[in-house]
Amino acid sequence: MLVTENERLRQNILDWADELNRDRSALIPLLQRVQKRYSSVSGFAMQVIADILDIHPVEVYSVVSFYSFLDHKPKGRFIIRLCQTISCAMAGKDRVARQLENELGIRFGETTADGKFTLEYTNCLGMCDRGPAMLVNDQVFTQVSPERAHEIVEKCRQTFGTFALQDQGRID
Amino acid sequence: MKAMHQGDLTFSSIDPNAGLKRAIQMKRIDIIGEISRSKMRGRGGAGFPTGTKWNLAAAAVAPKKYIVCNADEGEPGTFKDRVILQEFADLVFAGMTIAGKAINALEGIVYLRAEYTYLLSHLEAVLDQRRKAGLLGSSIGGDESFSFDITIRMGSGAYICGEETALIESMEGFRGEPRNRPPYPVDTGFMKHPTVVNNVETFAWAACIIARGADWFNAVGTDKSTGYKLFSISGDVQRPGVYEFPMGIMVSDLLKEVGGSDAKAVQIGGASGHCVPASEFSRTCAFEDMSTGGSVIVFGPLRDMLDIAENFLEFFVEESCGQCTPCRIGNVKLLEGVRMLKEGTCSMTYLKELLSLGETMQLASKCGLGQSSPNAFLSIVRHFKPEIMGRVNL
Repeated sequence: MLVTENERLRQNILDWADELNRDRSALIPLLQRVQKRYSSVSGFAMQVIADILDIHPVEVYSVVSFYSFLDHKPKGRFIIRLCQTISCAMAGKDRVARQLENELGIRFGETTADGKFTLEYTNCLGMCDRGPAMLVNDQVFTQVSPERAHEIVEKCRQTFGTFALQDQGRID
Repeated sequence: MKAMHQGDLTFSSIDPNAGLKRAIQMKRIDIIGEISRSKMRGRGGAGFPTGTKWNLAAAAVAPKKYIVCNADEGEPGTFKDRVILQEFADLVFAGMTIAGKAINALEGIVYLRAEYTYLLSHLEAVLDQRRKAGLLGSSIGGDESFSFDITIRMGSGAYICGEETALIESMEGFRGEPRNRPPYPVDTGFMKHPTVVNNVETFAWAACIIARGADWFNAVGTDKSTGYKLFSISGDVQRPGVYEFPMGIMVSDLLKEVGGSDAKAVQIGGASGHCVPASEFSRTCAFEDMSTGGSVIVFGPLRDMLDIAENFLEFFVEESCGQCTPCRIGNVKLLEGVRMLKEGTCSMTYLKELLSLGETMQLASKCGLGQSSPNAFLSIVRHFKPEIMGRVNL
C-alpha cells in the first residue's frame, strides 16, 4: 500500500509519543525526533503533536520558533553552522564564512536549491581554544581554514544519498 | 584519548568513585555538612554556595526530588564543561549520585546543550557501564535504601536555558523563559518538585570533596572563594585551552601562565562578564572580586574594543528570550549605539544616555542574562574612551 509522507509522519509521532510520556515534558524530545528525521517540523507535524499532548498548536509553534535547533521551514540535508562568537571571530571566521558562501553559492540563512545544504551562523560552540569552529549537523570541526571549508563541503557532497539519511549525514 | 586540557588537573589524580564509595557509608546530613564545610560555591559562574543549595533541597518535604546537571555550557569563551564531560564523565555522574543521596532524590537529569550532541553516545556508554557496575540503579553499593539513576535530556540551541529556571521550563516542554524567583528550584523545580541544579564542574568537585575531605578543598584559594577552578582560556594567547588554577588567581599571573602577557584587555566571565584593561590586571578571579564561570578571553594589543562590544551585543540581541523589555529592547539600543560609535556618529550626550540605559538594564531585567548583558559595553566605554570616541571613517 502506498503510504503518504504525512501518514508516515503521523505514525512516527504516535510511536515516539508512546515511548515518551504523553505529557507536556515530552514536547521537546518529540520535536527533536521529528526535526532529526524530517529536517524540520512542519505545520502538519505540529498539529499532530498538539492533538496528542492536548495543547493548542500555537503552543507547539511558540516552542519551535524559540529554539534555534528546531525549524519550521525545511532545511538542507547538511546544516552547516559556523560559530560567530568572539573567539572564533578573532580566529578568522569571516574568511571561512566567505569561502563557505563561495563554495555553496548561497548566503548565510539560505538553503541551496537542491536542498543539500543550509548555511547558518550559530553562537558559541564551546571550541573557543580551537577556532574557527563549525558544526555540520551534529559533527564538530575545529580550526577550519578557508581551504578546509572547501574540503568539508566536498565530503558532504560525496556522502549525500541514502547513507547520509540513515546516519544523519555524518561525514568522516 | 588525547588530553584536551593543558597541564595536570586534580580530576585526573582522583579515583572517580572514591567519593561515592565514601558517601555510601555516610549519613545524608554528613554529606551535606562536608560540602558546606568546603565552602564550595557554584562553578557555573553565579557562585551560590553548593552546601546551602543541597541543604535547602534536603530540607524540602516532597514525594519526589530531582538532581539536574546543567551542561548547557553556552557562555562565550567557556568550554571546560565539554572537556570535563569528555574526560571525567564518571566523576560528574558520581557527584550527581552523591547529591542524590544527600537530598534523597531518585532521579538525575543531565541537560546537555544541542551543540554537544556528539558527546551523547560517550555519555550514554559511561552511564551504562555505571549501571552494570552497580553504581547507578537500585541498591547502589549494596545499600538497599539508595537508588538513583541518570537520564540525559538534550537542549535545542538556546543560551538562556543555562539559567536554571529557564532550563527547567525547557525540560517541562516550554519556551526557555526564566521564571520569577522565588520560589527557587530547590523548593519548586522540575515538575514543581524540589530540584538541585548544579553546573557540571560543581558535581565533579563535589565528588572530589567527599573523596578527599572539605579541609583538602578549602585549604586552597581565598577565604571566600575556596578550592580550585577550571578556566577556559581563549583569544590572543600562545597556549589556549582548559587550565586549573586556585580561586583568587590574579589576572596577570594567569596571563603569564598561558602566554598572553602583552594583552590590552581581558574579558573575565564571558560575554556577561567584565572587560578588564591592562591597568587592572592585578584584580583577581574570585567571587569577592570578579565572579566567573571560568571564561577568560584575551584581547591582544591590536584588537578594536568596539568590534568586541559589537560581537557581544549581537550575541545578546540574538539570545535574549524577549520576555522582559529592558533586555529585549535595551540590547538592541546598545548595539545600535556601538555601531554609531564605530561610524563616529555618537555624541557624548547620547553615549551618556546609553550608559544610563545599561545601568537600568542591570537593575530592571528579570534574569541574569539581561542584568549582565550591558557589563561588557559599560566596562569598555569606561576604560577605553580615548579609543572609541570621535572616530573618523575615511
